[in-house]
Amino acid sequence: MAERTRIGVKIMPREVILDTQGRAIEQTLKLNGLPEASCRVGRFVELDLQVSSEKAKVQAEEIANKLLCNPLIETFEIKEL
Amino acid sequence: MTKVGVLRFPGTNCDRDVFSWVEARGFEAEYLWHLDLFEEKKYDLLVVPGGFSYGDYLRSGALAALSPAMKSLRRFASAGGPVLGICNGFQILCESHLLPGALVKNEGRRFVDDWSELEVVNENSKFGAQFKKGQHLKLPIAHGDGRFYAPADELKKIYDQNQVWLRYVNNHNGSLGGIAGIMNEKKNVAALMPHPERAIYPWMGGQDGWGFL
Repeated sequence: MAERTRIGVKIMPREVILDTQGRAIEQTLKLNGLPEASCRVGRFVELDLQVSSEKAKVQAEEIANKLLCNPLIETFEIKEL
Repeated sequence: MTKVGVLRFPGTNCDRDVFSWVEARGFEAEYLWHLDLFEEKKYDLLVVPGGFSYGDYLRSGALAALSPAMKSLRRFASAGGPVLGICNGFQILCESHLLPGALVKNEGRRFVDDWSELEVVNENSKFGAQFKKGQHLKLPIAHGDGRFYAPADELKKIYDQNQVWLRYVNNHNGSLGGIAGIMNEKKNVAALMPHPERAIYPWMGGQDGWGFL
């Protein structure tokens, strides 16, 4: 059977970057009785790779660095699913 | 005759305006499709026009940066060929690492569509060569992700190497240093958020864009 690994990549905007979605959600939370709540919005990407777990993590790291994440403005974390 | 390649991605929407401008300038224009590699030696100049390439999915310009046409553009640029990026074209060139920095959401969170006064910070010999340092120009702007951002060390390098091309007189989007346009170190790749192709005849409200090609 062909190998298959599912990898999750979590991408978050760096603190210095204005997170417009997060700020809009915060405002709605304020209007709904949670004035102290803060919120940041990132992105979660599921990759389905046809390789072993070990190779998949290396591949996912490459994909994240090359495409999914812009290191100037974002950070990412990788996790096997 | 000067031959100008105009790149087209799905979602590019300023390609026809740029094409008309190129022809009006007396140059030969040719569209270049994103899925095709092209023979870069056939062109004297390349333009990456504005729009919403690949629907701005992932990040503005991120998917376009890895398209086949951009591989050819990269070869063209590394051989010293002049490349002009406009608006989304600016975002694509940053995502391609042909220009430093990134363009993120406008500080005011709104899409801005207006006329903007610009100041020439450093002259560029390839594009708008007649514009002098300190000169003011008026061009239309239309963008949501136009705030130029670079980490402090990179920004310092951009200033030290005189890579700032244009700055907004009224910084409407929160760009660091009010930066509206930058160049690479060799100054053959240049890009700006405003739209010169939308200001080339008096009836458009201004013609400061005419001389950018």
